[in-house]
Amino acid sequence: MHELSLSSAIVNTVVKHAQDRPVTVVNLRVGALRQVIPDTLDFYFGIVAKGTVCEEARLDQELIPARLHCGGCEREWEIDLPVFICPDCGVAGRVEVASGSEFEVESIELEEAACTAPR
Amino acid sequence: MHRTKVKIVEEALDANNTIARANRADFDRAGVRVVNFMSAPGAGKTSLLERVVADLPGVRVGVLEGDVQGSMDADRLASLHVPVTQLNTAPSFGGECHLDANMVRSALGELPLDDIDLLVIENVGNLVCPAEFRVGEDARVMVSAITEGEEKPAKYPLMFRACELVLINKVDLLPHLDFDLDKFLYHLDAVHPGVERIMVSAKTGEGIDEWRAWLTRVGAPVEAPV
Repeated sequence: MHELSLSSAIVNTVVKHAQDRPVTVVNLRVGALRQVIPDTLDFYFGIVAKGTVCEEARLDQELIPARLHCGGCEREWEIDLPVFICPDCGVAGRVEVASGSEFEVESIELEEAACTAPR
Repeated sequence: MHRTKVKIVEEALDANNTIARANRADFDRAGVRVVNFMSAPGAGKTSLLERVVADLPGVRVGVLEGDVQGSMDADRLASLHVPVTQLNTAPSFGGECHLDANMVRSALGELPLDDIDLLVIENVGNLVCPAEFRVGEDARVMVSAITEGEEKPAKYPLMFRACELVLINKVDLLPHLDFDLDKFLYHLDAVHPGVERIMVSAKTGEGIDEWRAWLTRVGAPVEAPV
């Protein structure tokens, strides 16, 4: 259900950078820990994008796996289930998220009129 | 026409976080500590506030009450003679299912910041979206009622990780439900190892002293630098 708010956040971020140029692709990096459902995000993005430079844009979502790091034993591993405990150190481990929290607009692709003069 | 790729690399929620930092700076200047209070609908946020807000030793409390619409919760709290400000997401914000930094910012002018030490922001009831949006708070507290089931931390890790305190509410119902407390705590410690938790019952008062003490500690007026 948070995909609607997240879609608005994406569109606002893109609009800020697109400078009124029509956007064709939005490349998004989504961490597995963000609990985003890709199809739902895509659906809401299409709605929120209406009337903005994103109206014709495709949303490309790159899923970043959730990886944890233990400061106790320096082990790094990937998780599918939300278990933030080091398999070696147990509850004594100092577990941090190494990747998987991302929700970032990595880049946008846009159409622009051929440049007439260097800027 | 030709195609250009523009590198951005920006957290999509940066705009919200920037406003949240501005809110936080304003709260700090006013010497007000802020708690973002979150849970699913019906977990007992308002009841748990009713139990303590009028009675925090040495701490003057104000409440910012977030709801999609209506002021039922605000009215309940106002009857305890604490300043309550209602923030509805329906009229101005498209009926959003959470509060964000900008909504809280819009209410800043109505908050009696000079007369309070602690502002509790009661978020819209929802176990998902409020976890994503910082509003300028110092601490986040969530309520999980045992009637919601023991697997909730595993299903909503975002929320259970986005808080410094978990209030496990309605524990008076333990004898009447199939709720397996050990299993709940197992899931909670897997998702957010060691997070502070208090077993409470807004109905019987169990754990309320501990909850009051926690809130008093967070809200205690900051001593002016000498």
